[in-house]
Amino acid sequence: MSDLPLIQADRAVPPPAATTSTGGRRRRLRLLSRTDRVVITLMVLVPLLLVTGFVWLPAAATVLLSGTNWDGIGPLNEIEFVGARNYSDVVNIYPPFVPAVQHNLLWLAALFVVATPFGMFLAVLLDKELRGSRFYQTALYLPVVLSLALIGFVWQLLYSRDQGLINAVFGSNIDWYGDSNVNIWAVMIASGWRHVGYIMLLYLAGLKGVDPSLREAAAVDGASESRAFFRVVFPVMRPINIIVLVVTVIESLRAFDLVWVVNKGRNGLELISALVTQNVVGEASRIGFGSALATIMLVVSLVFITIYLATVMRENRE
Amino acid sequence: MSRPQSQAEYLARLVPPSVAGINRRSLLAGTGALLGTGLLAACGDDSGSGGSSKDVSLGSNQSDPKPKDVLVKVTDGFKTSSGVQVAVNTVDHNTFQENINNYLQGKPDDVFTWFAGYRMRFFAQKGLASDISDVWGKLSGYSDAFKKASTGDDGKQYFVPASYYPWAMFYRKSVWQQHGYQVPTTLDQLTALGAQMKRDGLTPIAFADKDGWPAMGTFDILNLRINGYQFHVDLMAGKEAWTSDKVKKVFDTWAGLLPLHQPDSLGRTWQEAAQSLQQKKSGMYMLGLFVGQQFSNEEQSDLDFFTFPEIDPAIGAKALDAPIDGYMMARKPKNEDNARKLLEYFGGKEAGDITVKNDPATLVANTSADVSGYTALQKKAAELVGSATEIAQFLDRDTRPDFASTVMIPAIQQFIKNPKDIDGLTSSIENQKKSIFTD
Repeated sequence: MSDLPLIQADRAVPPPAATTSTGGRRRRLRLLSRTDRVVITLMVLVPLLLVTGFVWLPAAATVLLSGTNWDGIGPLNEIEFVGARNYSDVVNIYPPFVPAVQHNLLWLAALFVVATPFGMFLAVLLDKELRGSRFYQTALYLPVVLSLALIGFVWQLLYSRDQGLINAVFGSNIDWYGDSNVNIWAVMIASGWRHVGYIMLLYLAGLKGVDPSLREAAAVDGASESRAFFRVVFPVMRPINIIVLVVTVIESLRAFDLVWVVNKGRNGLELISALVTQNVVGEASRIGFGSALATIMLVVSLVFITIYLATVMRENRE
Repeated sequence: MSRPQSQAEYLARLVPPSVAGINRRSLLAGTGALLGTGLLAACGDDSGSGGSSKDVSLGSNQSDPKPKDVLVKVTDGFKTSSGVQVAVNTVDHNTFQENINNYLQGKPDDVFTWFAGYRMRFFAQKGLASDISDVWGKLSGYSDAFKKASTGDDGKQYFVPASYYPWAMFYRKSVWQQHGYQVPTTLDQLTALGAQMKRDGLTPIAFADKDGWPAMGTFDILNLRINGYQFHVDLMAGKEAWTSDKVKKVFDTWAGLLPLHQPDSLGRTWQEAAQSLQQKKSGMYMLGLFVGQQFSNEEQSDLDFFTFPEIDPAIGAKALDAPIDGYMMARKPKNEDNARKLLEYFGGKEAGDITVKNDPATLVANTSADVSGYTALQKKAAELVGSATEIAQFLDRDTRPDFASTVMIPAIQQFIKNPKDIDGLTSSIENQKKSIFTD
């Protein structure tokens, strides 16, 4: 493909303002062959269709459905609009909603404060080329690879009140999954176990890309190991840091799988995503009500996405 | 109501009144015809219509090992008799139930396992299941009651009943003999027995509600004992207020019994609770007859049960939950001929006989099946259901699924966590009920 003329054309041609002479346009057309134009159209159109079809339309449909009482069965023209009733029901008479919001925030805090820094710490350690570092790497990353059903099963073996390993070893009698004061922490440990491996690998990849001469220079200047990391390596890793941050936020907002495997997100394990699934996917089929919950989740996500985009854009401008 | 005189009469009571009103006139006449055609069908059932493909798919929720095994034997029997291969697609019981809407609207298997009651009529009414009245024309051995329980709101049949089972208090005879316990017949006796069991180092009542539905059985039986069958039906239909004193009394009574129940039930599955009964750590367990699946074959004879004791003498202790399981046909089956043949086989004597032989934890719906193979427990269970004045299906089968799963499961779990705030709980249920039961 002829990439080169394209770039040159962009640079050569003055901005296509209305006043530009027709010569400019003709020149541009000449530079882009028919194949080029077809390719460009396809490259724009296909992703656009995909994004519209699989992201924007469903999102818009969710918002639309949240104003209805559709039960998921039958033709669309039988849908009744009920205004904001679903939202007022969610907030006023749906007991699991408030705990779900709290749990999501708790999840975010725990991943952000504990799991993510720990994963980064492990990455820094593994970057030191310890003996057997391949082994540790694999061991730590394994939870990310394991299937969800298997993870649920593994933790069930540890946490089961009557037959689990933890209670058997420590002779304790804690109902890890059933006690609503305990189970959120138990599940967060399991979730952190997975998250640490994920962050570790991401960060390790970033660390490998850091120019070793930077560290050597810092060492020559007499900076201690930790000082060199925080003052030199960490700032250089900025793009990776942002990715890690975004991954952490996304992971905590869409936290769902482990909770669902444990008890379908009930009894102390309420999360907004689990409530959406309970209402929409389950036998219940309260599509309208579930869509209202999903819309609330979308709005919360939008807040974070906006902050992220604003930061990134401001940086690009600077 | 008096005690029914015949099996057909008690089976007639299995039907909720909402269905019982339909087609009453033609039913007696129909039974004669049914028996006749059924006999004919039984005689010459070898080769029906020549469906081109030699297979049919079956979506099964029988994920526990024993019922799964029984289903394999029944489908093997079908293959031998018809030459049609059944592709069984087994899904975890709870998962199957929770995904049923998507399953039926997507590409369901030709035939699928389901329940009688509100949930069957719901899908029939929504057009997600096929009319199988013609299959019923070839079936014999069912009482009118089962036919009614298989009938949708439009008077056509959509369901082939296969088995049913009562809910009761199960216990191990050996444990009770060892301690000299007597079957309680009143609530006070039950409480006293529980206290004695505690002194003997047993957990009086095994209990589990991790999956959300098993505790509904306890709610149902208390409600049936305290307020009676008609109140259960009206409450489930959304006609009675959950804030009424009648409902509060049910929760109050339950709160009084909770100290006798196994603690930390919200992290336990019913299988684990049943194992505590099997390991002689618990004294009794309120569950369906399927509790027997957690007992080995040698232990089956040690398992016994009693119906939940009387609470209000004016109400008595004759009503109980006894849900019916069976099969339905998807709306557009790929191999319709084979699907109908399979349903006919499922409803026939042969499938019933195979089930009796292999599963001691269920009762066969078809009365023509050879029940001489019933264990003592099964015979007693059949008698119990026979002596019941009214029979309910189960909380989550008698009401709207959205209400049962998104309101009642969290509500009952909340109650188990905090049995003190009954007023707050019932008003929360009532508020949510009003927003769900809008039509």
